[in-house]
Amino acid sequence: MKTFLAALAVIASLGASAAPLGYGDARHLLDRAGFGATDREVREFAALDRAAAVDRLLEGARRTAATRPPAFVDDPIERPGRLKDREARKALLAKLRAQGLQLRAWWIGEMLGTPSPLTERMTLFWHNHFATSQRKVRSPQLMYRQNVLLRREALGNFATLLHAVAKDPAMLVYLDNARSRRGAPNENFAREVMELFTLGVGRYGERDVKEAARAFTGWSVDPASGAYRYRPFFHDGGEKTVLGEHGALDGDQVLDILLARPETARFIAAKLWREFVSPTPDEAEVERWAQVFRAAHYEMKPLLRAMFLSDAFWAAGNRGSLVKAPVDVVVGTLRTFEIRPADLRPAAVTCAFLGQDLFGPPNVKGWPGGDAWIDSATLLGRRQFVDRVFRAPAGARMPAVREASMRVGDARAEEGGRGGHLARLMARGMGDYSFDGARWMRTLGAAPDARIDRLVLATAPVDALTARVGTAERVRGLVADAAYQLK
Amino acid sequence: MDRREFLRLSALIPAAGMTGLARAGADPTERRLLILVELKGGNDGLNTVVPFADPAYARLRPRLAIARGDVVQLTEQCGLHPSLAPLKAAWDARELAIVQGIGYPEPNLSHFRSIEIWDTASRSDQYLEEGWLARGLEHAPCPASYAAEGVVVGAGGMGPLAGRSVRAIALSTPERFAREARLARAERARARNASLAHILRVESQVAESAERLRGAREFRTEFPASAFGRAALAAAQLAANPAGVAAIRISLGSFDTHANQQGVHANLLRELAEGLVALRSALVEANLWQRTAIATYGEFGRRPRENQSGGTDHGTSSAHFVLGGAVRGGLHGASPALDRLDGNGNLAHAVDFRAYYASFLERWWSIDSRAVLGERFQPLDLFRA
Repeated sequence: MKTFLAALAVIASLGASAAPLGYGDARHLLDRAGFGATDREVREFAALDRAAAVDRLLEGARRTAATRPPAFVDDPIERPGRLKDREARKALLAKLRAQGLQLRAWWIGEMLGTPSPLTERMTLFWHNHFATSQRKVRSPQLMYRQNVLLRREALGNFATLLHAVAKDPAMLVYLDNARSRRGAPNENFAREVMELFTLGVGRYGERDVKEAARAFTGWSVDPASGAYRYRPFFHDGGEKTVLGEHGALDGDQVLDILLARPETARFIAAKLWREFVSPTPDEAEVERWAQVFRAAHYEMKPLLRAMFLSDAFWAAGNRGSLVKAPVDVVVGTLRTFEIRPADLRPAAVTCAFLGQDLFGPPNVKGWPGGDAWIDSATLLGRRQFVDRVFRAPAGARMPAVREASMRVGDARAEEGGRGGHLARLMARGMGDYSFDGARWMRTLGAAPDARIDRLVLATAPVDALTARVGTAERVRGLVADAAYQLK
Repeated sequence: MDRREFLRLSALIPAAGMTGLARAGADPTERRLLILVELKGGNDGLNTVVPFADPAYARLRPRLAIARGDVVQLTEQCGLHPSLAPLKAAWDARELAIVQGIGYPEPNLSHFRSIEIWDTASRSDQYLEEGWLARGLEHAPCPASYAAEGVVVGAGGMGPLAGRSVRAIALSTPERFAREARLARAERARARNASLAHILRVESQVAESAERLRGAREFRTEFPASAFGRAALAAAQLAANPAGVAAIRISLGSFDTHANQQGVHANLLRELAEGLVALRSALVEANLWQRTAIATYGEFGRRPRENQSGGTDHGTSSAHFVLGGAVRGGLHGASPALDRLDGNGNLAHAVDFRAYYASFLERWWSIDSRAVLGERFQPLDLFRA
């Protein structure tokens, strides 16, 4: 009888999830797991059932980028601080700025072109988690190398990733561990690894931070090659106590102590919920995922599988509950409407204007995200981006706010974030950021219909749209709707 | 209770016990306005307010020192850059305060980080998310009848007005904003979830502000045709708008004069002076001058010793201007101690920038500055009682 009931339960659950996804669910999965989706991709996935669709995403995940990185990533490391001659220093800073922008554009290109958007979604997730900024690191090569690492383990193993990030040169520079030494330990990394990377705030004491900082001394960077270098002379080999564990701990042992705590899996699982499901994690369900995560020894795929197959992920109430990040707006728009500009630097600059400067999160906490993405300036900025892509004929003039900023000639351009010369670049370079309605409609096949509404919006439009379904005019209405800011 | 509701309700609370700002809201002619002028890129304080009598000045600046004869002399010790001559009338009327030596401990010389410190009024080693004006206005919300609590004219982020609960908008000119805001529509049916509710709230904020700010006032005063002149005109129109705002930020730059400073700096200061003078004249014309304070700020000053490229590098403290009909004109702070530079050759600060901010919070708006700034800073005596 028991077996029979169990079998019945299995059949019942198969009944719910073994059916083909259909257009709406396929669109939901691809949009959340990637950055928008084309009609063709959605139709392909619509025929799969939930498990098959999720497994296809997970199995197809890449560990390397599909687009070739800029050539400079193999160049030797150059440090502006070393140069005494101011002209040479200025020239180098200008070069680093230009390279930083190329690097952003390359990543946007990868997000657009990759056959595995989930890999890029997770690489971005880890970039936000292990937030590191070019503004401080000042080496596009080191930022690139970190990005390669984040991608390699994006759907790999979190324990492996944590150990590797702790020795990643960009991180060692960003959180000052590179200069931490016996007798003068720098607590920056030790604190953040507990607060932001594993346990979460309040789940450790000040003493744990101090002791852990000693364990990480000697983890440094070779200035010439930019590679990780262990400096035994700087390492504090004495006895330490971290979270009750005692011994002559080194950094790797401290990381293992953090990984042994149940809070770590919960912390990551809850963060994934906020990234993929809704702004308000359900504690019991997060706990269930955390147990899957721990049982799988921090392998990411079992965790992601549990999440993508959870009822919460598919729940109607959670559709359209997340605010799109700037990257979602920009890359998602270009992907969904199959717009492939020749120069992606303006796309990277637009993301920065809207508050998400890739390789330049505001601080080690990463982007606050959620509602914080939207204020009057960024909301109007989003509208102006959409307006430009969907209305402005090629070569049309810039929206007014941008014009003003170009005149202002923002000094912050020096830091590669927002600024005058970037804005000018955007003005010049966005001619081909343009929606070709007729061409796009043709790619949809003979009878573009109401499914376009479902492709463009995660949830019903806020405003009543008057344009006929299946027309380019309708599309313009959809992208102008407030619901277009949601995913 | 959401923000909007809160604001509506707060407008109904009787004036007793409320701050000067909120109290002032009922009658537009009673309103006290702060216009911030950001000098972007790090203005050279020493060639702005020139300590011509200090022999160290000429010694540190063999090429860039402003000749004594060219300085617009204010006192026996210092004077203004010749491009700032238009401001002399405000000085003579005792309506121009000059605060020398504004900076902060452990100065950061990165443009980005230092302006973040200034915008958020943080310590050098502290990261805050909200701007100081946003926090200040949170302590003393404006009545809901205000078009917006803060307006940023031009781009470059919300700066001191960045924050979750402040009603702040960014625009280039009021008319253009009204035009663009047609992209954003008024509030609609109930939102389906919290994220959408937030987006619609911001959207309707934009739309409402646009609605209220419609109708630009014409001034007899002529504004200069420069970008800064247009920003100053936008600020004057916002100030004169009956719906009103509490704070406006405009900006001018870039003052990042690492090379060949002379001409660039002279032009920028001329733009600044002409813009400020036009703003003063328009606000006098609109009978708002007594109710307005204009204050400059910026991430840092420049290094006292000129560099090899005819320019100056990132420095620390600098001089700033405060203008207004109620301003106590004259020199405040302390003149630059050119004989006591730090290891990088930079000036020590005499006035913490948070004390400068406290002056506006406490003395202009009657807001508890400690609650906003986290510590107590002694305000400067910038206003006539």
